[in-house]
Amino acid sequence: MAAAAVGFRLVLVLFGGDLHLSSRPEVSTPLTSLRRLAEGYWLKQASMSPYSGSMYHGSPLLLSVLGPLTSKRSGGHHAHIYCSLVFVAVDFIAAMLIRLTGRTLQIARGKSLKSLDLAKSVNDPVNASAGDTASLIYLWNPWTIITCVGSCTSPIENLMVVVMIYGACSRLAPLAAFGYVMATHLSLYPAILILPVTLLLGYGPDTPPAKVFLQKGSSASKVDISDIGKSTSQRGFGQISWKPVLHFMLWVFIWSCYVLVLNSIILNKAGGLQEMFEKTYGFILTVKDLSPNIGVLWYFFAEVFDFFRSFFLIVFNMNIIFMVLPLAIRLRHRPCFLAFVYTAIVGMLKSYPSAGDSALYLGLLGLFANELAEMQFTFFLFFGYIGVSLLSPVMHNLWIWRGTGNANFYFATGLAYTCLQTVLVVETVSSMIKHDRKLRLLIRT
Amino acid sequence: MAPARRLLALSLLLLLLAAAAPAPSAAAEEFTEELLLRPLPDRKALAHFHFRSSTPAPARHHHLFPKAISHLVQKFHISELELSFTQGRWNYETWGGHDPLSTNTKPPGVELWAVFDLPSSEIDATWKNLTHALSGLFCASVNFLESSTAFSAPRWGFKSNEGNLRYGALPREAVCTENLTPWLKLLPCRDKAGIASLLYRPSIYKGYYHSQKLKLTTSKTGGIVLDQSLTVVLQPNTASGKQLHSADGKPQPSWSLEHLFNRKLSGKCLVSRSSRIFVEIEKGILAESGPEASWSNEFFELSTAPDRVLNELDHLDVQSSSLYEYDLGNYNDDEPLDVGITWKLPLIWSCSPAPYYARRFLMGSGNERGSIALSFLSTDLHKQLGGSSNDCSIKAVVLQVFPWYVKVFYHSLQIFIDGSSKAISEVLEMIHVTPSEDKLSPGTLEMLLRFPCGMQSATLILDFDKGFLHIDEYPPDANQGFDIPSALVSFPEFNSSRRYPETDPMFVSPLLENFKEENVVKSYTEVLLVPLTTPDFSMPYNVITFTCTVLALYFGSLLNALRRRIGEEESKLKKAASRPALIPMLIARLRGQKADPSNSESSPVSPIGLKLLLKVAFVAVVAVAFHYLSNS
Repeated sequence: MAAAAVGFRLVLVLFGGDLHLSSRPEVSTPLTSLRRLAEGYWLKQASMSPYSGSMYHGSPLLLSVLGPLTSKRSGGHHAHIYCSLVFVAVDFIAAMLIRLTGRTLQIARGKSLKSLDLAKSVNDPVNASAGDTASLIYLWNPWTIITCVGSCTSPIENLMVVVMIYGACSRLAPLAAFGYVMATHLSLYPAILILPVTLLLGYGPDTPPAKVFLQKGSSASKVDISDIGKSTSQRGFGQISWKPVLHFMLWVFIWSCYVLVLNSIILNKAGGLQEMFEKTYGFILTVKDLSPNIGVLWYFFAEVFDFFRSFFLIVFNMNIIFMVLPLAIRLRHRPCFLAFVYTAIVGMLKSYPSAGDSALYLGLLGLFANELAEMQFTFFLFFGYIGVSLLSPVMHNLWIWRGTGNANFYFATGLAYTCLQTVLVVETVSSMIKHDRKLRLLIRT
Repeated sequence: MAPARRLLALSLLLLLLAAAAPAPSAAAEEFTEELLLRPLPDRKALAHFHFRSSTPAPARHHHLFPKAISHLVQKFHISELELSFTQGRWNYETWGGHDPLSTNTKPPGVELWAVFDLPSSEIDATWKNLTHALSGLFCASVNFLESSTAFSAPRWGFKSNEGNLRYGALPREAVCTENLTPWLKLLPCRDKAGIASLLYRPSIYKGYYHSQKLKLTTSKTGGIVLDQSLTVVLQPNTASGKQLHSADGKPQPSWSLEHLFNRKLSGKCLVSRSSRIFVEIEKGILAESGPEASWSNEFFELSTAPDRVLNELDHLDVQSSSLYEYDLGNYNDDEPLDVGITWKLPLIWSCSPAPYYARRFLMGSGNERGSIALSFLSTDLHKQLGGSSNDCSIKAVVLQVFPWYVKVFYHSLQIFIDGSSKAISEVLEMIHVTPSEDKLSPGTLEMLLRFPCGMQSATLILDFDKGFLHIDEYPPDANQGFDIPSALVSFPEFNSSRRYPETDPMFVSPLLENFKEENVVKSYTEVLLVPLTTPDFSMPYNVITFTCTVLALYFGSLLNALRRRIGEEESKLKKAASRPALIPMLIARLRGQKADPSNSESSPVSPIGLKLLLKVAFVAVVAVAFHYLSNS
């Protein structure tokens, strides 16, 4: 199946002709557009700062990795064919890492259920392992496919997030730190994932809440005192192990120094780090580009009165951070799920969202297929996503190309999409909480 | 007799004044007025008014030179400045593109460039002040050029400089009499006497092309030369005049000053040093009518005998055009001058064109992206000029300013020569790009291209994305679209200078001096109209409320989902019986409280009341503090 997905992408890249996906607002944003990257590379080759001209807002590292590939034009195929091949490979790697993460999670789940003696009472509704499901969802998700084929740099950003989660799940602190630093460097928002990553490294992968183990321990001690060694080992489960966390922090420091030094070398003659931060992070945080995308902020800032602009900028940026702590407190025993919720929130509230962000969190959603089996509104969400992804291009076409609709049409689909994502986030969180409660009830009875 | 006597008295007075003045130097303030008339191939007529005022040095008092201009030069340290107001587009195909007049044509709207004699750090601020001064002086919105998104600093595409040149254009500026009146005020006789009295508003604004220019040059010694010129292309009013039908059935109009301007000339502006009218008969006509053209021959006849005939020689010393000169000093009220041309036989001729016709157009549809194409069509001029070998090439310099909302991808430059795609390095010799910054500065593209001589057509294509603006940034008529200023194409290997070898040294004519200058052949392309998408201008409140509602929905429902446990915990603590849902439990609790307050022993009531009180007090304190802070 995975090979078929890669084959499908290759067919699209090689024989699909120019699908004009690269200029779709759903696919490429000012941050991820490969056309802009090519322009930045051209400016850099012309010994100007790649950031001059308000065109490129990505990382200098991408510029030096992908830039040379964009300048080679091969007749017959569309311009960025080499980059597209890179993205196909990147997608495949990401899917494989998701699969491995899923396997780790599955093992951890099996272990904890066994220790709770619930392995029989909680039967998995999904037959295949969660990792396989998630990686296939990631690979066959139409949004991942158009993101991959539509030449934008989101696959690389997604890969970095996946690398981070995989590294943290398998307790590889350097890898997790690399993923964290790169993902933050590329798109800033993954910075909030430091909490789940720390929890993952400290506590290990997702488990039922510690209280369940306590209850189990107390009931076990009532019933059978001889099994005391097991319950103490379970108690140890809830304690944080600081060593990998410190390891991780050290590696984050090393990697970020490394990345900054590399960037300053690349930008040596043009601009410098100050300009880089202004043009990448500043551009993300101040929502300077008002071109339409699938979010709602572009239209909001195109319409809002100028004197309220800074206020709303603060509100919207804070909105992402507000939920970080409550979620972390409530879901600290499930750091992987926490990472998924954070990516979903970021994908919904970031200033230039694209289909690639949704592709990432929908792929990660597959990891929790067993836990979230009793989720509500799945039918509504599924068809909502399909409806929005069909309607949004139609509305965009009506507004931009035919001129028969206006901006409100397209904005309405953006609103609907944000609502859908809200429902998804809330439902996943509450059904995960329900699942945990169910476990506890099972223990009690 | 009375006017003649008055005139005599005035001239005597002037003579006296001139004698009384100590005459500090040989070069005193001077004013000259000239008019050039030329028949155009497409049955129109061109009139070019040229007024020059000059002063040896800026002073506190000026006799002839406008004081406002001398102030301007002193205040803003201008070494060169040109401001033009233009309506209509010069037709390079039929009206020519190689002679001094047509290479000095201007793009529609307002164009302003200035070279400052200042350190580069002060130039931008000076430019801003200058635009305000000029907009006050000429009753035009030149001050729109103040914004940093409107002007640029080309390095070599416009005029080579050391970074002290600023260039700005407003393609949409409408030009009307309100701009002409202040311009005329700078002339010593305004439009009351002399050549300027021909400027009868209804007739000059009826024309096909109308360009009013003001050019300032300061010399090293501080002298200022002010050249004011007005070029109009008019359709002669031939309802009363005779019409001669040419071979293709179109009438070839005979015209005179009376037909063109509804006025006759009755004498010069008295303070002018020289006051002349030239009628130029072009090479094309002379080639038909024979080289020894007199003012009255078998093809055409001038209504008045000229005072002098000047012949221009081209680079092969062959006579190319003739100028028939009339000195306005010889005419007065009693004997007004009404020079005109009467055609005897139908003639078809053409003006010499620039090496390439430069055209510019937009490609693509929709409001998301597009391409700008700049096309060059060869006019085979190099063949006429001799020197046609296989490996010869023609240089062309392109200057293009893009407003920031046209986001050009410079890497997407494609060049097609004779329809086939060429590598950029084959044609492009030099390129200088100043990319645009969003809402900060426009993009400037300067290119030096080298085309092979045998090339028939070349097309340059650049892709761009259209920007999306904030609602406040749209002009009142947002759906009309936005203008991209004209591109300037110059051909540095061709110059438009003319040679008049027979002139005697005593003969001073600033107009002909201008003609003799070695000016590069230039042509401007069309102004482009780019439609940009508009948001819904009536929606701000709706958008704000909708967006905030959705975000509040997210925040509220997620927080609700997270805090559900509290109820569960309490229910677990209070009642051992499992009561999983929060709402039934709460309802039950409320009911329980209402039904039986003694059951809860009033202990939970007082803390709740206290909490409530505390909350209210806290909110009140916050509100008072906020009020106080916001007021202070």
